[in-house]
Amino acid sequence: MIPAKRRQGHRGFFALFEHLDSTIDACKALRAAGHKGFRAYAPLPEHHLLEEGLALKHSPVRVFTLAGAMTGAATGFAFTTWTSMDWPLVTGGKPIFSIPAYVVIAFECAILFGALSTVIGLFINAGLPNLRRMVAYHPECSNGSFGVYVTAPAARADVVKEILEGFGPAELREDPEGFDV
Amino acid sequence: MTTAELRQQRGTLPNPDVGTYEAVNRDVLKVLSRPGKGWWILFGMAATGVAVFLACWFWQIYKGIGVSGLNAPVGWGVYITTFVFWVGIAHSGTLISAILFLFRAPWRQAIYRASEAMTVFAVMTAGLFPLIHVGRVWHAYWLIPYPNSRFLWPNFRSPLVWDVFAITTYFTVSAVFFYLGTIPDLAAARDQARGLRKKFYQIISLGWRGTDREWHHFSKAYIYLAALATPLVLSVHSVVSWDFAMAIVPGWHTTIFAPYFVAGAIFSGVGLVITLAVPMRKFFGLEDYLTVKHFEAMAKLCLLTSSIVLYAYLTEYFLAWYSGEPPERGSFWNRVFGHYWWANWIMLTCNGFVPLMLWFKRVRRSIAALFVISIFINIGMWFERYVIIVTSLSHEYEPWAWGLYRPSVIEMGILLGSFAWFGFWFLLFTRLLPPVAIAEMKEVVPPPMRGSEEAAT
Repeated sequence: MIPAKRRQGHRGFFALFEHLDSTIDACKALRAAGHKGFRAYAPLPEHHLLEEGLALKHSPVRVFTLAGAMTGAATGFAFTTWTSMDWPLVTGGKPIFSIPAYVVIAFECAILFGALSTVIGLFINAGLPNLRRMVAYHPECSNGSFGVYVTAPAARADVVKEILEGFGPAELREDPEGFDV
Repeated sequence: MTTAELRQQRGTLPNPDVGTYEAVNRDVLKVLSRPGKGWWILFGMAATGVAVFLACWFWQIYKGIGVSGLNAPVGWGVYITTFVFWVGIAHSGTLISAILFLFRAPWRQAIYRASEAMTVFAVMTAGLFPLIHVGRVWHAYWLIPYPNSRFLWPNFRSPLVWDVFAITTYFTVSAVFFYLGTIPDLAAARDQARGLRKKFYQIISLGWRGTDREWHHFSKAYIYLAALATPLVLSVHSVVSWDFAMAIVPGWHTTIFAPYFVAGAIFSGVGLVITLAVPMRKFFGLEDYLTVKHFEAMAKLCLLTSSIVLYAYLTEYFLAWYSGEPPERGSFWNRVFGHYWWANWIMLTCNGFVPLMLWFKRVRRSIAALFVISIFINIGMWFERYVIIVTSLSHEYEPWAWGLYRPSVIEMGILLGSFAWFGFWFLLFTRLLPPVAIAEMKEVVPPPMRGSEEAAT
């Protein structure tokens, strides 16, 4: 485990919420107050939270999928074509460049490369595997609760605390220093 | 939300008795914590079966492929039958996890983790059979496409080479899809485990925290993987069917093989999902998760695919007669009334006639009845492949080249051992990984909202 990364001159707040709508509202309020460096935690892929609360839009993962699948198709087709051109041997009276047969290989390679590069895209974009010590975390966030973790410069810390308290968190933990998630 | 609205909404949900997120974690993670006596007995049986499996295989490696019943003209027998059977089993897992995901079927959440695990283990089982079948397993690396010492590459026009690509892609993609889906649930297991188990889940959950950034990319990646797995699953059994259909053997050389095999694969796979889900539900106390609604939905899937398969059987008979080709007609006459008539009638009874009972709602909603029918389906679908492979090869064009095949004891040992091998992995799965998808179950549970709790009580 790598130690968590500290943010100099920041304080950290972890608010644990029991309700989904409180979490969404808290995220909206934080954004309205101009805060960007915060993370929301959820036990499920809750699209209201992601889209309304955090205004997340397109994910670049799809570019990885497309690029991987196209590379795979090209590789499969090029590989079969090149190997049969390399030693042109007629089998079964079929043409040396047998398109329908090579489509099968190209298709399977497209799926394989596409799937693997989707996983790579996910790992790069989501920062997985995340080996940092889990400081800014609460184990209830994989169970039934939602969470918001905010780091703020010491000058603005009280404003953030006030916003979070306004939505009735079940627990509000204050860290004397902020961490990167 | 008012009480009435909440109730109404819950009525439409597939798991009306699961009320809170905490209940999902509690009920699912409970399964991981206490291996009962029954589990150990089953695990012991599976381990013994794996020992039998390996003993038979080692005996065959030591003595040579002659210990099997394979010989001219029937060079493909129980091994290839069992290979196709297990590849077919795998398909319904991907159907439930990927295709029903894209269609947003609300009943998939509770069942998909177990069926996806079944997919991975079934492909792991299937993948052994070509190696067993070729006999000299120390040459297994010849399957990898690389040139020989004179730089001649494999013949990519051969369906057997396509099969290598299809099966390895299928195994890789389904294993990745399965593992990726479990990561958030492994994090949930990590947060409740202690000691050595916690360390184990800490490592395999890759430090998942459930942040917005993780979920955002995760849910998108999951959609794209499902979109890739959907055409893949349809292609894999089509490619397997072309292993047969591309050859000019009477009984194999037909264009309906690809859709016919895919439907049969899903049919057999859903059958095995039912066979596995019934005991899981009972022994792990998952009655609120795998409800009668889930079983009814799977029964409908069985009924649909059974009808397609029966239709394909009848089409084959009709076309054999209509073609007017004596070898084709002879092959099918031999299937139904020849030496292997019993295998053909087991196939027709188990796959075509027994599932007709699923037209009755009472049968579809009876878990005991579905369990029995699912076992018939498993047997019938194994015999379907046996009929296709063995009867066709034993009765080709030249009468003097006809011959019979009888599986040897070693082949039967390996066949039965393959079920033990599969069971061994599946039993380990139920103890180590959450057998119901925790995070996805929460999507079909009403979210906790301010004020909804006071209203509900």
